[in-house]
Amino acid sequence: MAERSPGTRRALWFVLSLVFAFLYIPIAVLVALSFNEGGLPTAWSGFSLKWYASLAGNAAILQAALNTLIVALVSTAIATLLGTLLAIGVEMRRQYGKGLEALIFAPMIIPDIVLAIALLSFFSMLNLTMGLHTIILAHVVFNLAFVCSVVRARLKSFDWSIVEASADLGASAITTFRRVTLPVILPAVIAGALLAFTLSVDEFIIAFFTAGAGRASTTLPMQIYAMIRFGITPEINALATIVMAVSITALTLSQRLNRGVIGQ
Amino acid sequence: MRFTIVSPTRLRSSLLMAPALAWLTALMVVPCALVLALAFFRRGIYGGIEYTFTLENFGLVFDPLYAGIFLNSARIAGTATLIAVIIGYAAAYAISAAPRRLQPVFLFFAVLPFWSNYLIRTYAWIVLLNREGLITQLLRWFGYTGEPPSMLYTEGAVIAGLVYNYLPFVILACYAPLSRLNPELAEASRDLGASALTTFRRVILPLTVPGIAAGAVFVFVLSIGNFVTPALLGGGRFQMIGNLVYDQFLTANDWPFGAALAMALIAIMLLVLMTQALLADRAAGRAAEARGDADG
Repeated sequence: MAERSPGTRRALWFVLSLVFAFLYIPIAVLVALSFNEGGLPTAWSGFSLKWYASLAGNAAILQAALNTLIVALVSTAIATLLGTLLAIGVEMRRQYGKGLEALIFAPMIIPDIVLAIALLSFFSMLNLTMGLHTIILAHVVFNLAFVCSVVRARLKSFDWSIVEASADLGASAITTFRRVTLPVILPAVIAGALLAFTLSVDEFIIAFFTAGAGRASTTLPMQIYAMIRFGITPEINALATIVMAVSITALTLSQRLNRGVIGQ
Repeated sequence: MRFTIVSPTRLRSSLLMAPALAWLTALMVVPCALVLALAFFRRGIYGGIEYTFTLENFGLVFDPLYAGIFLNSARIAGTATLIAVIIGYAAAYAISAAPRRLQPVFLFFAVLPFWSNYLIRTYAWIVLLNREGLITQLLRWFGYTGEPPSMLYTEGAVIAGLVYNYLPFVILACYAPLSRLNPELAEASRDLGASALTTFRRVILPLTVPGIAAGAVFVFVLSIGNFVTPALLGGGRFQMIGNLVYDQFLTANDWPFGAALAMALIAIMLLVLMTQALLADRAAGRAAEARGDADG
């Protein structure tokens, strides 16, 4: 870039500071309040973990956390398997149609509310009792698309001739996969799985529509939504801080793995 | 290439793709087709579905009452998109002008909030904007004694929430073309006597249109179908298409009309995506032209 005058440079730094303030102040306030003894934004009355302790004693929240974990783990496992296989299948073809591309891309861009009502209509037409299992079925749809796109990105630079070489040297398809393909794509598979896990933990609308009646299959985002509609409580701040910490950790990890892949 | 070599690859590829494609077909294509079909049926007297063909539901979408909500949604989503693009482009420009080694760090921290829960990011704005929230406290601290301003449950709050939630993506989308920009183009423009503003308007901006378009489409599409932000920050007073669809399915129990609304939403989305593809094509043409001129 051409040399910039000190005035321009100051202006650019000013823009950056403003944007980062805008992005981080709302979150920072939330996190700070979760440690505020009094719990109210009106005054700081000392550091305290009591809102976290009160979460641990809340049976509804614990149940919701458990439900979320079950949905996220199962849907991630299925999506990682299906998404990885899909990615390999697509990339080993030298050409594929636009229809296939659109079908794989669709779950990532279709509005949540549309997929949510579509699945609700579908499940109720089948007279399926809804619960955690229907949320899992639904979450796999978008999760597998995301895993697939992460793994495909890795396979773009994959040299398929080493697969042929392995086969020529007498390795079976399974041995070739285990010893040649998998080691290359593994970081991307793990990155995709972490991404899927976070998406599932955070997903609200589709879970809300496919959870069925009753509180038994309430997930954490559904619980948070209900709490927010009820009003501001210090417990939400604490719960929000924990959920944010989990998502950000998982995705930072995912990002690092992926960067490692790209950097190679 | 011998047929016998190609064929097993295709077969193996099909087998690998089959489970995922079956899942997507059963749990996305079929349900979406069902919603499309549902939109052509009549609502039963007791809220069920009467299986007689009708176009009424689509007619109702254009009823002034609902068309008004569509226009309202488009206005709110459009405003949020415009603001997000202006802030996001400025941020991306500032990042691309920062020292090379700092750029990935800035980019990482710009996107980081995007990875936390959407509900929580929206809730953070309730904490800021409510009558006893942080902004009111700040005003008091500066000596303001009047009634607390009502900021929550306004259209402004909904727009702020949408901009906040989707800004990171705009930054990311605009940064990509800005960082690839050939600095010689801007230098040439300056050397030929163009002012900084003209250089930006005639050289930099046209070459970064694809990024702006991608970011804008993302914000607009996600905003217009949003139902969480209007519900939480608009307090249910500002209905958008997403809320309308929600109501038809979970409260009014008029599934066929809800389905027609969802299809209208998809139609808008496709329209926007096609416009973007068109813009991107034209911009690619311009970029090729610029490269050709520079070479020549």
